[in-house]
Amino acid sequence: MSKIIELKNVNKWFDKFQALKDINLEVNQQEKIVICGPSGSGKSTLIRCINRLEEHQDGQIIVDGKEISENTKDLEKIRAEVGMVFQQFNLFPHLSILDNCTLAPIWVKKMPKKDAEALAMKNLERVQIADQAKKFPGQLSGGQQQRSALARALCMEPKIMLFDEPTSALDPEMIKEVLDAMVDLAKAGMTMIVVTHEMGFAKEVADNMIFMDEGKIVEKAKTKEFFENPKSDRTKLFLSQIL
Amino acid sequence: MNLSILKSDKKNLNSFIVAGSVLIFIGFIDIILSSFFSTNITAFLPNKISYLTPLLFGLFGLYLIRIEFSGNKLLDKVNTNFNSSNFNAFLTLLVIFSLIKYIPPLLNWFVFDANFAGNTKEDCTSGGACWVFVKVWLNRFVYGLYPDNEQWRINTAFLTLFLLVGASFFVPQKFKKYIIIFLLFVYPIIGLKLISGGDFGLKYVETGAWGGLSLTFIVSAFALILCFPIGTILALGRRSKLPAIRYTSIGFIELWRGVPLITVLFMSAVMFPMFLPDGTYVDKLIRVLIAITLFEAAYMAEVVRGGLQALPKGQYEAAKSLGMGYWKMHFLIILPQALKLVIPGIANTFLALVKDTPLIFVVGLLELAGMVNLAKTNPKWLGMAMEGYVFAGLVFWVICYVMSRYSQNLEKKLKTER
Repeated sequence: MSKIIELKNVNKWFDKFQALKDINLEVNQQEKIVICGPSGSGKSTLIRCINRLEEHQDGQIIVDGKEISENTKDLEKIRAEVGMVFQQFNLFPHLSILDNCTLAPIWVKKMPKKDAEALAMKNLERVQIADQAKKFPGQLSGGQQQRSALARALCMEPKIMLFDEPTSALDPEMIKEVLDAMVDLAKAGMTMIVVTHEMGFAKEVADNMIFMDEGKIVEKAKTKEFFENPKSDRTKLFLSQIL
Repeated sequence: MNLSILKSDKKNLNSFIVAGSVLIFIGFIDIILSSFFSTNITAFLPNKISYLTPLLFGLFGLYLIRIEFSGNKLLDKVNTNFNSSNFNAFLTLLVIFSLIKYIPPLLNWFVFDANFAGNTKEDCTSGGACWVFVKVWLNRFVYGLYPDNEQWRINTAFLTLFLLVGASFFVPQKFKKYIIIFLLFVYPIIGLKLISGGDFGLKYVETGAWGGLSLTFIVSAFALILCFPIGTILALGRRSKLPAIRYTSIGFIELWRGVPLITVLFMSAVMFPMFLPDGTYVDKLIRVLIAITLFEAAYMAEVVRGGLQALPKGQYEAAKSLGMGYWKMHFLIILPQALKLVIPGIANTFLALVKDTPLIFVVGLLELAGMVNLAKTNPKWLGMAMEGYVFAGLVFWVICYVMSRYSQNLEKKLKTER
């Protein structure tokens, strides 16, 4: 399998605070990676660097063969290939769910409106909220909003999907419906990097687990090995606290 | 003083209601007699106290009928809404008595004693308002010094405008945007050409002759249409990451916000021509329009910036993560939401703009208030300032109220939250 994301010695600072320390990571096509770790460990920062919502100051990030830096001219093109789902959904409240989904395909990919709507309905069907297409985000529950956000990202037909704690802002009974949609997506062969605390989801879906602490990757291992036989003491401590 | 003996209980409820009502009734009789029949039933008291007797009677009456849970629905309603405490009772009476005392004379001046018939100041004999003044000068108040024979051009221009605006509300969504584009970019040129003339066999009318209400509309409309996009660009500029653009925007905004409009208008009339090469001439109306537009754009910029700052960071991030560049992000995601948020602020700026237009008198342009000013100094019509200004005030109020209502409707219509 071929590499689609590559991070080499990535460092990032927020003023004097170093958020990422020498991150090295390779992600293959169709690989699913789950990143976990305590809050403030740099998980979100790491995946936000991959589509440059955060800028890294040192090292290389290569996505689909193109390096991302301040000199990247077609950053928008790369971002269009990398879908992202946020903790706070970030749907556009002034647009209906359908328009949320069709906006970027129409304006960024120059897709004809009819095709974009067909694509949007297909993806809304996929996350099982096609019947809510005409509603506005404010009229939906948290779980429905997050699934709409997932559909919106999928409408750009991305090669990679990034999930930044997609279920952390949801009521417990809504978490499952979002995770189910993500499991479906994983089974369909999407390349996924997921920051989450849902270890059940991780065990079911992830190929590799990453544990981060204080801006460093403490441990990267196959999922089974990670849970059954963690090497670092820090990982053991973390797992014992959340499992 | 202990007034507890004056508090009713269930047993003597009725006598308290009767006593209270009688006192309140006396208060009303007192105020009505003194306002309309110039009889003062409390004339035996010192002057100042006698002036206040209606209030005193009323207050004491209301105190007596302030009975909690009396069982009488009407009484309970009155007590909770108008008479919940001594202070509220005082305010209630003050408002009612002031209305009784001052509204009728005002109405008399406005309508009943006012003069409508006739054509000269001498026809105004009855002591009320002399609306003859407004009637005679109405043509000037609306068209300024625009030649009478050519006034159909102004009428046509505005009628077309209203028809187009009206049409834009009723035509299907598909054509709506074409009408709006036409209204914003093509119509202003056609309208101005029609009014100024000079071509197509239309007689040229210099801008100095424009005036009155039509000039108010022209100046307001142009400044409104132009200051909005300029203000939005400035707001975006002020938040730009590029220092050159950011500091230019900040400089522009702070410069124009820091100067009184009247100074700006003076500058546009007196200083601006000095910077032009000899022989070039920019019409003073155009100069004034540019000055007002830039001035209001600076205010608009800050209003819009408020909306931009109120949006959560997540909206920017979501737009970026979908591959949108700066302009797409702002025009599709950020501005529609930010502008919706600041509709009240935008309406505020627009209203202020409309009410600032009379200041163009400093360059010799006379819109509605300016024409009133001119008319009242006419030797045949001296002493008509009150009527003129009341008329101008009413017209401005109507314009502003319509705009205000429209902005409120727009807010409701654009609301997508639950």
